[in-house]
Amino acid sequence: MTRTSFSETDAETGGLLGSAPPRRGRGAPRLVVGKVVSAALVLFGAATAAFFAQASLPGDRATVILNIRAGQAVARTPEELAPINAEYHLHDPLIVQYFGYLRGLVVGDLGNSYQQHRPVIAIIADQLGATIVLTLTALVFAWIIMVVWVTLTAGKGPASRAIGGFFDTVAAGLPHYWLGIILLLVFALSLGWFPVIGGTGPVGLVLPALTLAIPLAGFLGQATRTEFERALDSPFVLTARMRGMGETGIRLRHVLRHAVLPAVTLSGWALGATISGAVVVEAVFARPGIGQVLVTAVSSQDMPVVIGIVMLIAAFYVLANLLVDIAYAIIDPRLRRTS
Amino acid sequence: MTATIAPAAPRPTASARLLQLPWDLFAALTATAVFALAALWPALLATQGPFAMDLANTLAPPSSAHWFGTDESGRDLYSRVIYGTAASLGVGIGAAVVSLTLAVILGSLAALGNRPTAAAVGWLLEVAFAFPALLLSLLLIAVLGPSILTLILAVGIGTAPGYARMVRGQILSARGAPYVEAAVALGHSRGRILRQHILPNSLRPLVAVFALSIGQSIVWASSLSFLGLGIAPPAPEWGALLDAGRGYITVAGWLTVIPGLVIVLLALTTTTLGRHLQSILEKGEK
Repeated sequence: MTRTSFSETDAETGGLLGSAPPRRGRGAPRLVVGKVVSAALVLFGAATAAFFAQASLPGDRATVILNIRAGQAVARTPEELAPINAEYHLHDPLIVQYFGYLRGLVVGDLGNSYQQHRPVIAIIADQLGATIVLTLTALVFAWIIMVVWVTLTAGKGPASRAIGGFFDTVAAGLPHYWLGIILLLVFALSLGWFPVIGGTGPVGLVLPALTLAIPLAGFLGQATRTEFERALDSPFVLTARMRGMGETGIRLRHVLRHAVLPAVTLSGWALGATISGAVVVEAVFARPGIGQVLVTAVSSQDMPVVIGIVMLIAAFYVLANLLVDIAYAIIDPRLRRTS
Repeated sequence: MTATIAPAAPRPTASARLLQLPWDLFAALTATAVFALAALWPALLATQGPFAMDLANTLAPPSSAHWFGTDESGRDLYSRVIYGTAASLGVGIGAAVVSLTLAVILGSLAALGNRPTAAAVGWLLEVAFAFPALLLSLLLIAVLGPSILTLILAVGIGTAPGYARMVRGQILSARGAPYVEAAVALGHSRGRILRQHILPNSLRPLVAVFALSIGQSIVWASSLSFLGLGIAPPAPEWGALLDAGRGYITVAGWLTVIPGLVIVLLALTTTTLGRHLQSILEKGEK
């Protein structure tokens, strides 16, 4: 095979699909530096895209801002517009605004909200904690559900494989809003086990986190199940059986370790999807969080808030994928090899 | 297509062939027929008009008179779901077309363009990929304002980067395949190799992806509608039904549960069809 001409893409698709390991013979530190540089370039591109999205808002920006603030659409006099133009530097050339925006990003200044008249960073800081707690809890729940379900159903004959795989597929395809409503109706309204609305405490966290976790568990399960069944047939399992190891022990100690590799890779991607899902879940359960803020900001075209949150999540997402690449190397010692 | 494999055997009758289908494909095909009928000829399936009000029967739970119950104005939910099929499928198909068109253009440029083009498009895809699909959609809705066209564009553009990456991977692997080496050795021109070998082989899986992405697009679009950023009530479109029913979750759960269930069924249908198409296409290659 003429491998050399496509080597760079191999490394990339390998990261996405979790099939091909990064090329051997490249030192681990160089690999990390390369990943960090490309992550930084991606973030720069995302910031540029976000800035021009903001600048492309149709109509005179100052008028738009005033109308968003007042909640009405009227023509504005130059006297009204002047302070807005000064506050948001709207009379500067676009390129100056662009560099001002980039400089702000570097020092953590995301601009001021059109509507709330406060710095975006303060608005985000108020709400971020709730969303992070929700997302991380969901990720933990998803892994627990997935590991238990796959360990119980994988490689135990065609019937359990069919049932296990069917539930993976259905769970992965469930829209968050729908699952959330079902859980809310069953466990909060009918059974009364959980509070219906609000509840920022740990009890109120269970249903929203489950709503995010179940589709994620299905998604991770699809990737893990195939690997799990492949690993069950491998020679090291036979060896372990000959040593008299129990079935559960083999599954948990040996097979699982091999089978979760793709799921670890996908978890970085999944984190992004989970944050998107959190936007919906916060709406279903009326939970505070940046999702609620984002939806309000989108419907009122409060662009600095929209872009601030989107940039934050993009940064988080890029960072998460960077960490996953490193975690991958820790779980799979074969990738740590340097030459 | 399957009949050509064994030309000597007598052709089975249509009903016998239907019975040979795997049960999930059979169910998916049946569901597709029902959805298509509801989209093309809703009056045939609906029991009432989509906007017919019955103020004596508001927020009634599902019953023999109103199979899916009624909403706050006494409108029959079953009929509204049927009448909304065309709009929902339209959004899904529209978004899938936008998404895959973009994906083919960007993916081919990234795989086949000259070095700077490929690098630039590759970087663009990485950047787009940094935004989770829902956020990319929200960003577009914030700029363009909510409307049905925005919804199609937002979902289409939001899901395009993932598919573009897939197209690029397909083209790159086709380009490295032995049959391309053989064609090069035979002295075929670049354009001919591209047209006859690389593009057909790398774009064929997209047929299956298209089916998958219609269902996915409808799920995305309905999520946006649920957030109040898609098609607005009182249109009978499924996402709008969810948005309208949201205020009544605690008193009339069926207003959100049933349209949601229909969306899940449609997504399952297109996923099943896509999977089977994929395996048929893979067999066809051999």
